[in-house]
Amino acid sequence: MNITEKILAKAAGKKTVHPGEIVDANVDMVMVHDLTGPLAVEAFKKIGTPKVWDNKKVVVILDHQVPAESVKAAELHKTMRNFAKTQNLTFYEVGRGGICHQVMPENGHVTPGNVIVGADSHTCTYGAFGAFATGIGSTEAAAVMATGKIWFKVPPTIKVNVKGKFQKYVTPKDLILNIIGNLSVDGAIYRAAEFTGPTIKAMSIAGRMTLCNMAVEMGAKNGIIAPDETTAEFLAGRVKKMPNLETLQSDKDAEYERTVEFDVSKMEPQVACPSSVDNVKPVSEVGDVPVDQAFIGSCTNGRLEDLQLAAKVMKGKKVKEGVRALVIPASQEVWKQADEAGLLKIFTDAGAIVCGSACGPCLGGHIGLLAAGETCVATSNRNFIGRMGSTQANVYLASPATVAASALTGKITNPREVKA
Amino acid sequence: MDSKIKAKAVVFGNNIDTDVILPGKYLILVDPYDLAKHALEGLDTQFVEKAKQGVILIGGKNFGCGSSREQAPLALKYSGVKCVIAESFARIFFRNAINIGLPVIECKGISSAVKNGDELAVDFEAGRIENVSNGKKFQVEKLPPFILEILADGGLIENLRRRMNKK
Repeated sequence: MNITEKILAKAAGKKTVHPGEIVDANVDMVMVHDLTGPLAVEAFKKIGTPKVWDNKKVVVILDHQVPAESVKAAELHKTMRNFAKTQNLTFYEVGRGGICHQVMPENGHVTPGNVIVGADSHTCTYGAFGAFATGIGSTEAAAVMATGKIWFKVPPTIKVNVKGKFQKYVTPKDLILNIIGNLSVDGAIYRAAEFTGPTIKAMSIAGRMTLCNMAVEMGAKNGIIAPDETTAEFLAGRVKKMPNLETLQSDKDAEYERTVEFDVSKMEPQVACPSSVDNVKPVSEVGDVPVDQAFIGSCTNGRLEDLQLAAKVMKGKKVKEGVRALVIPASQEVWKQADEAGLLKIFTDAGAIVCGSACGPCLGGHIGLLAAGETCVATSNRNFIGRMGSTQANVYLASPATVAASALTGKITNPREVKA
Repeated sequence: MDSKIKAKAVVFGNNIDTDVILPGKYLILVDPYDLAKHALEGLDTQFVEKAKQGVILIGGKNFGCGSSREQAPLALKYSGVKCVIAESFARIFFRNAINIGLPVIECKGISSAVKNGDELAVDFEAGRIENVSNGKKFQVEKLPPFILEILADGGLIENLRRRMNKK
């Protein structure tokens, strides 16, 4: 079996499982946030069970409309705060957590081999730690809170094998955009995407999270990477107990629906153009695209490594007149690390605004929205019509280096062309 | 849920994402009828008016891709959509729709066999779809019994309540 099959088999109490089989799996952790949680709370109350199945396995995080930007959002937060308190759940208050997908692994809620579901599509991020993690809706999250179980159709797995060393200012974000551009937005629909190969083995946790985070953008049920010493090093002191990682490797004779090969050694920085995540071009072919806003952050690219890269490009320079640049660290922990490393000062000196840890403009619900006719180059994960505000605005997706370079020049720019 | 329905078709293309089905800025709305006022406004500002009479939505590949927001199928259901038929679905949307009691059917070839305004007849239990306007018929793979049960109960919560009370 491959890792996804091994985890689902164990969770369903079976020796083996096969793609297409429907299994009833035990869930190790369920997460809801301020925009999906309230519907889940309402559904949970309708089920009529007084208590959640296991209060240690339900996490509530406020991160989308944070801090509350309207009375309606404040009411949603209040609903979640009260539910967490009544049910005695792990709760991340405004200012004490950050973006859910960063907060979960940082605080030990993600263990290799776990089955984790979250009422957010980017829950697949935790595959970076060798967990089976996938997004679900609010009603289903309520059902999991009540029963601790969920059904899954065991997915066929696509192996994405990656080799080569990244060139300067080419990042895991460029790789995943290139992969999605090749496979298309429904290229992995109903499937697992297992990332393997020497490039993945050498990749940091932050980079692995970026890859698995965007697996859903090609339709994948989950993205997953075999846990190794890099995983163990990050999780040490965070998780209660590390499982034996040897049991969480794909077997030599594991079956895959197909294998796709990528080589990053000659890869240029990549850009996903409006309004589909698979409309991907090398930055040199994007043409002359003036930008009004540059956004560095999100569950895809708001980690310390991402901010370090952006700061390296922006240090001692100024954001172009007429452009606003937003930097949003993915969590309070990242915020503090970035502050201690002097990165926040570099951004502020450059004329960028550094906002509190939250989802920000990514989903167009809160700060940093776009007016009709405006363009944003962003490190986030979706460029759909209306995603970041007006339906007449355009969003381009790129790496932190490319977005930082574009903020300086006022148009989409190859970071390798910014003079030191 | 009725096991047989008849309604006019509204046709959309491939990769209809949940941000165009229901933009993120409306996720703070709680009442499903308020959500319904904004259904698909990113693609068709007239959709809500069309849907009022009760319609069947036809999609291409990967219908409902993107965010896990259950508010997307809720907005469709409460705007008057009786069923969504597409070449393929994004999996979270597919599950969400079933869980809130909005029937969804995967049907290869449907998007090229239906035009806006065609009259469609759907028999869920038999897995049959007929385009009454042009006579084209489709037999689809039936959903597993436990999923049909969820739909028959009107959604996952009602289904769960019934099953838990049985115990």
